[in-house]
Amino acid sequence: MNAIEELPVWAAILTSALLLLGSSLALIGSIGLLRFKTFYERIHAPTLGSTLGLFSILAASMLYFSIARTRPVVHEILIGIFVTTTTPVTFLFLVQATLYRDRFEGSDPLSGLSEERQSVKTPTGS
Amino acid sequence: MSRWLPYPVISAMLLATWLLLNEDLSVAHVLLGTVVAIAGSWVLVRLEAPPLIFRRLWIILRLALEVVVDMTRSNVRVARLVLKDKRDRTPGFVRIELSVRSHYSLTLLACIITATPGTSWVNYESTSNVLVIHVLDLVDGDDWGQIIKVRYEGLLKEIFE
Repeated sequence: MNAIEELPVWAAILTSALLLLGSSLALIGSIGLLRFKTFYERIHAPTLGSTLGLFSILAASMLYFSIARTRPVVHEILIGIFVTTTTPVTFLFLVQATLYRDRFEGSDPLSGLSEERQSVKTPTGS
Repeated sequence: MSRWLPYPVISAMLLATWLLLNEDLSVAHVLLGTVVAIAGSWVLVRLEAPPLIFRRLWIILRLALEVVVDMTRSNVRVARLVLKDKRDRTPGFVRIELSVRSHYSLTLLACIITATPGTSWVNYESTSNVLVIHVLDLVDGDDWGQIIKVRYEGLLKEIFE
């Protein structure tokens, strides 16, 4: 790969900045997965990597390959669409399974909600 | 038309996806993509998917812009929450009475809520049209039901219903 040597400096800097941003977000997401204590909190953390983290890495890839191969790359847009439309499916399955288990064990986390009470706070568990 | 091409919009999107994936506009790929697109829409007939009709397609751009801004903002907020490991964070569930009902509005709303770190879709009951979401940090005074309604529901309604 000698394309990287032909890459203009501004593009190289921008590509690496986007890559670093994306991977830091994925790392922070994983740290959150480790730090948060309850399931419903944990489910939020990996979203960092699958949204802005993913988009920064895709943007870096688009930028690099558009310049190095001198043609626009559209595959990344498709990857973005596929990931954003399929992650909710997995998330919903996981959440529904947990909710089912909680209810089965007799501790429905949603039991406090009613028309009068629109939100319930839960302990952080940490 | 309706027998051979039951979901024209979805078939067109499938064909476009096929051509983009192959980055090729040759006759062979257009033909192959058409076969895939039509076969795909027959699968949807079996699944009894409701017809996809866009009332005002351009509003999708406004919605996309709104989502990108909110997603970026909440990414920063959640990243900060993770790094600070704040103990006084108050996670909780929020109950929202929705007014959108179409399958496609709900699907898109689920994608948006999941794609925004800090909120996640927990439960939806179609009989009462009530959605429950989990919020990572319930800041006092933030009315999440109102936020979802004002930001997304109106636009979704304009697009699909």
